Amino acid sequence: MGKPTGFLDYAREPVHDRPPLERIRDWEEMHLGCAEQTLREQGGRCMDCGVPFCNTGKLFNGMASGCPVNNLIPEWNDLVWRGRWKEAWTRLASTNNFPEFTGRVCPAPCEGSCTVSINLPAVNIKMLEEAIADRAFAEGWVVPEPPPVRTGKRVAVVGSGPAGLAAAAQLNRAGHEVTVFERDDRIGGLLMYGIPNMKLDKKLVDRRVKLMADEGVRFVTGKEIGKDIPAMQLVREFEAVLLCGGATQARDLPVEGRSLAGIYAAMDFLHANTKSLLDSKLKNGNYLSAKDQHVVVIGGGDTGTDCVGTSMRHRCRSLTQLEILPKPPDERAPDNPWPQWPKTYKLDYGQDEAKAVWGKDPRVYGVMTKKFIGDKDRHVRELLYVDVEWVKGPDGRFGPREIPGTEKVIQADLVLLAMGFLGPEKPMLTQLGVKLDERGNVWTDQTKMTSVPGVFAAGDMSRGQSLVVWAIKEGRQAAQSMDRYLSYGETVLTP
Amino acid sequence: MAATGLPPAQGLYDPKTEHDSCGFGFVADIKGRPSHDIVLKSLEVLKNLEHRGATGAEKNTGDGAGILLQTPHAFFAQECQKLGIKLPAPGRYGVGMVFLPDSEVGQNAINGLFEETVRAEGQHLLGWREVPTGDAALGPTAKASQPVIRQVFIGRGDDVADEAAFERKLYVIRRLLEKKVSRSAIPGRSSFYVASLSYKTIVYKGMFNANQLRRFYLDLNQPSVVSAIAMVHQRFSTNTFPSWARAHPYRYISHNGEINTLRGNINWMHARQAMMSSKLFGKDLLKILTVIDTSGSDSAMFDNVLELLHLAGRELPHAMMMMVPEPWSRDDNMSPERKAFYEFHSCLMEPWDGPASIAFTDGIRVGAVLDRNGLRPARYYVTRDDLVVMASEAGVLDIPPEQVVRKGRLQPGRIFLVDTSLQRIVDDDELKDRYAREAPYGEWLKKSMLQMSTLPRPSRPPLPERESLLKRQQVFGYTFEEVKLLITPMATTGNEAVGSMGTDTPLAVLSDRPRPLFDYFKQLFAQVTNPAVDAIREEIIMASDTTIGPEANLLEPGPESCRQLGLPTPILTNDELAKIRRLDGRPEFSGLRAVKLPTLYNPKGDGAALRSALEDLRWKVSECLAEGFNVIVLSDRGHDADNAPIPSLLAVSSVQHHLIREGKRTQCSLIVESGEPREVHHFALLIGYGASAVNPYLAFETVHDLVAQELVPGTPAEAEKKYLKGVVKGLVKVISKMGISTIQSYHGAQVFEAVGLSQDFVDEYFTWTSSRVGGIGIDVVAHEARMRHERGFPPKRPVVASSLPAGGEYQYRAGGEFHLTNPETIHKLQYACRTNSYKVFQEYTALIDDQSKQLCTLRGLMDFRHATHPVRIEEVEPVESIVKRFKTGAMSYGSISKEAHETLAIAMNRIGGKSNTGEGGEDPARYQNEQNGDSKNSGIKQVASGRFGVTSYYLVNARELQIKIAQGAKPGEGGQLPGAKVYPWIATVRHATPGVGLISPPPHHDIYSIEDIAELIHDLKNANRDARVSVKLVSELGVGTIAAGVAKAHADTVLISGYDGGTGASPLTSIKHAGIPWELGLAETHQVLVMNDLRSRIRVEVDGQLKSGRDVVIGALLGAEEFGFSTGPLIALGCIMMRACHLNTCPVGIATQDPKLRAKFPGDPQQVVNFMRFVAQEVREYMAELGFRTFDEMVGRSERIEMRRAVDHWKARNLDFSRILFKPTVPKHYGRTCSIAQDHALEKTLDSTTLLALARPALDERKPVRATLPIRNTNRVVGVQTGSEVTRRYGPAGLPDDTIRFHFKGSAGQSFGAFIPKGMTLVLEGDSNDYIGKGLSGGRIIVFPPEKAGFVPEENIIVGNVAFYGATGGEAFIRGVAGERFCVRNSGIDAVVEGVGDHACEYMTGGRVVVLGPAGRNFAAGMSGGVAYVLDGDGKFESRCNLSMVGLDRKVEEAELTLVKRMIERHAELTGSALASRLLSRWEDTARRFVRIMPHDYRRMLEAQAKMRAKGLPPEEAEMAAFLENARDEARVSGN
Repeated sequence: MGKPTGFLDYAREPVHDRPPLERIRDWEEMHLGCAEQTLREQGGRCMDCGVPFCNTGKLFNGMASGCPVNNLIPEWNDLVWRGRWKEAWTRLASTNNFPEFTGRVCPAPCEGSCTVSINLPAVNIKMLEEAIADRAFAEGWVVPEPPPVRTGKRVAVVGSGPAGLAAAAQLNRAGHEVTVFERDDRIGGLLMYGIPNMKLDKKLVDRRVKLMADEGVRFVTGKEIGKDIPAMQLVREFEAVLLCGGATQARDLPVEGRSLAGIYAAMDFLHANTKSLLDSKLKNGNYLSAKDQHVVVIGGGDTGTDCVGTSMRHRCRSLTQLEILPKPPDERAPDNPWPQWPKTYKLDYGQDEAKAVWGKDPRVYGVMTKKFIGDKDRHVRELLYVDVEWVKGPDGRFGPREIPGTEKVIQADLVLLAMGFLGPEKPMLTQLGVKLDERGNVWTDQTKMTSVPGVFAAGDMSRGQSLVVWAIKEGRQAAQSMDRYLSYGETVLTP
Repeated sequence: MAATGLPPAQGLYDPKTEHDSCGFGFVADIKGRPSHDIVLKSLEVLKNLEHRGATGAEKNTGDGAGILLQTPHAFFAQECQKLGIKLPAPGRYGVGMVFLPDSEVGQNAINGLFEETVRAEGQHLLGWREVPTGDAALGPTAKASQPVIRQVFIGRGDDVADEAAFERKLYVIRRLLEKKVSRSAIPGRSSFYVASLSYKTIVYKGMFNANQLRRFYLDLNQPSVVSAIAMVHQRFSTNTFPSWARAHPYRYISHNGEINTLRGNINWMHARQAMMSSKLFGKDLLKILTVIDTSGSDSAMFDNVLELLHLAGRELPHAMMMMVPEPWSRDDNMSPERKAFYEFHSCLMEPWDGPASIAFTDGIRVGAVLDRNGLRPARYYVTRDDLVVMASEAGVLDIPPEQVVRKGRLQPGRIFLVDTSLQRIVDDDELKDRYAREAPYGEWLKKSMLQMSTLPRPSRPPLPERESLLKRQQVFGYTFEEVKLLITPMATTGNEAVGSMGTDTPLAVLSDRPRPLFDYFKQLFAQVTNPAVDAIREEIIMASDTTIGPEANLLEPGPESCRQLGLPTPILTNDELAKIRRLDGRPEFSGLRAVKLPTLYNPKGDGAALRSALEDLRWKVSECLAEGFNVIVLSDRGHDADNAPIPSLLAVSSVQHHLIREGKRTQCSLIVESGEPREVHHFALLIGYGASAVNPYLAFETVHDLVAQELVPGTPAEAEKKYLKGVVKGLVKVISKMGISTIQSYHGAQVFEAVGLSQDFVDEYFTWTSSRVGGIGIDVVAHEARMRHERGFPPKRPVVASSLPAGGEYQYRAGGEFHLTNPETIHKLQYACRTNSYKVFQEYTALIDDQSKQLCTLRGLMDFRHATHPVRIEEVEPVESIVKRFKTGAMSYGSISKEAHETLAIAMNRIGGKSNTGEGGEDPARYQNEQNGDSKNSGIKQVASGRFGVTSYYLVNARELQIKIAQGAKPGEGGQLPGAKVYPWIATVRHATPGVGLISPPPHHDIYSIEDIAELIHDLKNANRDARVSVKLVSELGVGTIAAGVAKAHADTVLISGYDGGTGASPLTSIKHAGIPWELGLAETHQVLVMNDLRSRIRVEVDGQLKSGRDVVIGALLGAEEFGFSTGPLIALGCIMMRACHLNTCPVGIATQDPKLRAKFPGDPQQVVNFMRFVAQEVREYMAELGFRTFDEMVGRSERIEMRRAVDHWKARNLDFSRILFKPTVPKHYGRTCSIAQDHALEKTLDSTTLLALARPALDERKPVRATLPIRNTNRVVGVQTGSEVTRRYGPAGLPDDTIRFHFKGSAGQSFGAFIPKGMTLVLEGDSNDYIGKGLSGGRIIVFPPEKAGFVPEENIIVGNVAFYGATGGEAFIRGVAGERFCVRNSGIDAVVEGVGDHACEYMTGGRVVVLGPAGRNFAAGMSGGVAYVLDGDGKFESRCNLSMVGLDRKVEEAELTLVKRMIERHAELTGSALASRLLSRWEDTARRFVRIMPHDYRRMLEAQAKMRAKGLPPEEAEMAAFLENARDEARVSGN
């Protein structure tokens, strides 16, 4: 450790973002870089723990604590502190295929479990990850590294989200011939169309895809397995298949007025927006505009936030975000101690932007939507919600209970449903005949193999809706198992 | 007659681990006039040394006593006449003292052998004499094993040229007989023993205590038994097994101490036999081989070798100088001749290293030698009538003061000799210079001995290829962590890295990962029976130089004996290795000829290939020797895709033992050129198993790469130099832990224990190494090597690995090595204790205990044999009573914060357990209860080597006093609290200065030997009669034997710590590689205590990563009654295993003194209470299942454990726990748990019998008391009980000055006036033994010789070694010279003395010492505080002062001189010192000659404080401000 007292000597530097009122004028990335000295000091805040919780990726209380891909955080923090960026990059790249993505989009469970955060603000791990990755690309350290030897084994990866890409990169590194199938027109899955450009610039996704292509990965776009190509054909033509189709079935809100016009699934809204942006800088109009609308986003997660951010850039007239859970406390609750994921109140970028415009956080907590009210054109115009309290049910689980007499009606021209996802879409899975688990995700054994021999699954498709970083981890795990499967029990990959 | 000797190895017991020590003495008439009076006097000496010996469970069975005399011819002539034997003239016959079996068949058979052998050797057997014995009231054990004792008389044959030749012949006869009998089937042959067989000396000895000797051997009472020389010895052994033969004296020596390098000495001696020839012995030489009888003790083996060297033509003192050389390589004041003598002889033989005072005699000369570090006491008197009395103590013989002309002590490395033929004492210098000039050693060296520095420079060695570095690192199993944590710090600072907390990763044999073979070996270390050495502060005695090249004939040395190459260190740079490679046998290379042999094998061939590669290698080595090569370089440089390196340790040890077996070992030297060794432990092993030197080429390349990456500053050459320095320093530290001071004697000494290697494997390649749980063999070793090789050279698909694997051995890493304390267990434990949830606690223990999937500890492989009839849990002893057996570990106030320290104390007091102060003292304010009834007073007060804050008041407030001998994380090492951590509040409690670093020495300077610990236990018991005294040991091979010794030394409790226990700061090497798991140490301890019938007298405690109820139950079943926890309670309080304790940056306020961080301390006593109660609850649940109602029933029931069946782990499946679970067969009445209180004999002390009564008025009414009493050396710890009574009643303030004043006349025993408080003055008119004023706590001690003494006081020794050790306050005035280590670790007394030995003021942290006469070497080593003033008589003081921490001032300020003058005036007044009066009478001249010795740090802090006060700050704030200013100066924060 370079600086034993770093955490005492330096304060945590807030993440440098462009000012909200400036950044909502465009779709460019909202992060600003940081001076090198600042970054090094931030690295110096790391205590190089004997037991670095940040490195572990354990589930405590159902939430990730520490880094799911087991980034060697203390090691690269120290190297950053010493100004050894290239070595830092080597250590970072050894566990994480796409730090340039996670450095931007990860909610950073590492920071939640950072030991400094027991009684001080956590080390800026995510900021440093992004900085190391950006520096590596800028310095030209990231070059295609095709495998020295090819095994001649053919592998198909279905879906090009973070799980599929990570698995493809790993399998290719092991020398297998990898083809990635993507039903969309662009590679990246959630990275491409799920996350808006200001959070993850699509140029970065393209850059990574090009690197992988240069290393020998083949990408096929616009082909949906199970539709354009029969699933069984893949099983026949490839020695192993990996399913990384995500958990794309959105949760719906079956209440009165749901069929009114102006109510959309969040992903449809975000997808169309990014596609139009990339195709035409939004000039082609092929997207849902929130301009001058009263927007209501239902759901307080990351997707909800992305809807808020996108709506702000559309110049919506007003914005309300509804969340069924109560407002989290500012500090950790007693039953949510460190190193668990801190369920505390945070102002994410979208809310921050709304607050900059209207002076307050757009979120309303502890409410449940009861009905949508339309106008004569059967277009939604209002929304009625009611306050809820959380009470323990007979099964011992907490559930929402309406509080009578608390109904409120708000204006709503555009409603975006961002209440999470229920699981994978089924057609391809049905064709393959893979077994599903009780939650409707693809069942796999510990090696990530499905009930069909040679067919593996990873990412949200088997895990259910989760974080990009879990998807990368799953992709790596699946790749290792598949390598073992293809190489008679031996593997050259690490999970 | 019962079986005699030590029992065979069984369970974990190994007779090789036995130790003994003792008191010895001799009386001699300088003029060589034999008299019976000398015999009587020596027996009187023996009686007065009795307390240095021991008895076992039986009071009247001593460990052994004996006497060696000149053959009393007149007596024997008369006795033989009665038997019809006609004795020839003296010198024409020899007498043998023979122990025989009690069966007549056996006796006759042996008689027959005698007849036959004596005849065959051309001598005449004159006859036998039954030695008359009396009823000496021997104890049953001694009696049962008593041999039949007879004397044999052998007449000199006609063709024997002279007496010397006759003596040799007698030796040959004895050796032949010893060999014949031991190989025979004679019944009772194990009793056969020849105590002596000589024409000039005879030995009477046996299993006695001192008083029994003359009552048993009636001869000794005969007036005609006369001798001019009589040597006596009283033994203290670590066992109670009967052994008549192991009593001293041996044929030439009596020994007090221990040979630490014994294994190596035996190996080398064995090896060099093949090269021996002797004109004097001629063909007879073969008859005496092998020289060493390995069934003997270390002393006996020493005697064997000494005997050979002497009889083969060297005078006895010469042979002594060879075997126990004084430190010479760093001594600039030594004459070139003497240096050459030692250097020459170092080519012949390595030192027999260890603490020793050895008395020796050949019947004409008698003398004694002290080891190089002076670790044993030896005092002598010379009288007007030419009598010399030398003994382990002064005052062992009553001699009127006016008769004494000289009182002296043996000094480190010196020889004291009385030559009765010359009729005078021969002075050390004269003696050594004579031998040094006997041969032209210097010329021989110049002619034959090469030095590395003068060898021709090689052409540049091949440059490494950067690109392949990573690949090669992978082949040798490098990890990122090793490079970062081990190599980088060494290359940056030249020091080994420090870590904290213990180790919680799996043993190598339980790990899923391929571990280097090095990891299967654990370092042994010195504890109790011998001291570790302080390699840093006592550097003058250490030596890292070594030589390579073949050895010549030991017995007839000549110029060719030193045809060797001297190396300054055993680590070779690439350049140096290249130089060696060029040695081609030419004369200018003294015939040295090097050859390189590859140590590679085909990894695909697995174990078979490795085995045959080793065979091949051995064969090639033999071939090379035959071809005349004498330097063998074993190299793995040539490894590639098809050739994997043989583990370097396996390669070297395999060759080593091959050559030993072939008898060719000394014909060559082995050098290892390997990419594998990188950390200190690796180098230690390679050297310990036979490598003379090691070239770690890949470590060097790694260092260069780190420089290239800018992760290490400087040039590659500088970094490499620092790395080398760090390795050598670490190496010297490793050997010093074992009490060894020279690399040369560590070479091949094999001071390691294997854990997890199979017996076959060890026998073949690591012969004589102990490996007690079995484990892997060559197949798995090969598999592990292959796994590493495949990382570098993947067999199928090369994958671009861009960096090394993380590792995870030292710091947790996901996917790295498993840790018991990991994010999940930490979280669950904290959550459970915070919320008082037993359910969550059980989730935590499930993770800890379930090692079915992930092995980590030996106990993880144990299962319980459940009872067929479990008991209901309600019937089991309650939680409340179980927790009373629980303790928290010794964590000093200083290593952890006030908040953490007090929280632990409160918690343990709430539940009736005990917390432990650790070694940093304790704030007396904590002895008062809190308002709410809580108490912060720690139940256990530790007494460690630093003795910080060990005052009388501290001691009387303890429930248990713990002597910390060793600590699991760093056994054999001391500690250091850097100045930046000595905050004002820490300094106050430790009686030190804020901002000034504090050193805890590796050894207790009052425990160098087993009888010393008996003394300290006795001291502490006197200082607080209500407290139990416990001794803390660390698990290692032989710890059971040591525990038995500790039990015999009357400890109430012995604590066995696992190697894995925590630490605030310790070198990483020690955390991982020293000591063994507690399962082994505890089981061994219990077994050995039971075998010796000592278990019932001592409680056994265990600690070391105890984490769950299951751990406790296993501990109990293996024999423990009490349990210590440290990491667990700390985690409960919020510790998150940062492992940054040594950095003072603990983010949760536990291991830090920084007020900002302390404010973050989240702990509450209740969390610890919860932890302890949870553990106890789990214990109860297991007890119910096992069917035990009370805890005591469970202790030692190892039959209720079984090794888990069907372990399918690839390594662990080879383990075998039968020796751990072994139960020795012993008589029924032998206890298995502690049931009998130790007899401390407190009622027999002078205090109990006399002083307490005299002091009554002072104790009750503060009235002054005065008394004058006689005293002698058997009166030990005088004044201590009285002092403790004063403290008990009057607290730290004590009584008004001089309230109690006792005046003693005579020689005081050890620990005179220890710990005495304010208000007590002890006047001693006479002299004193060691440890006077130990821990002085405010009292005053005055010592002066009687007025009519026949010697000059300031030229003679008056107080012994280690005076005022750890004294915290008071005054001392000593008229005369003190021994070694005067005022060691003094932290507050003012003392005046008229001369001191070596190492005075060592580790001193406070107080004022005035020395009015000469001071010995290494003055002020490790001194960090206080001031000394030395009168520099010869102007050479500076050369004897250790200047690494102190500055010398020849100009002393007036104000200070006034203070010094006042002290001298008081000295003159109180002791009547003539010297003081003389000095005062010409004060101006005196004042000019004073040198002031002041530590740099101390001076800087005092100046800083003065500066702050000058700024107007009040004293306390000034102190803090000065401290903070100092702490900010990072340059000051120095490491070791």
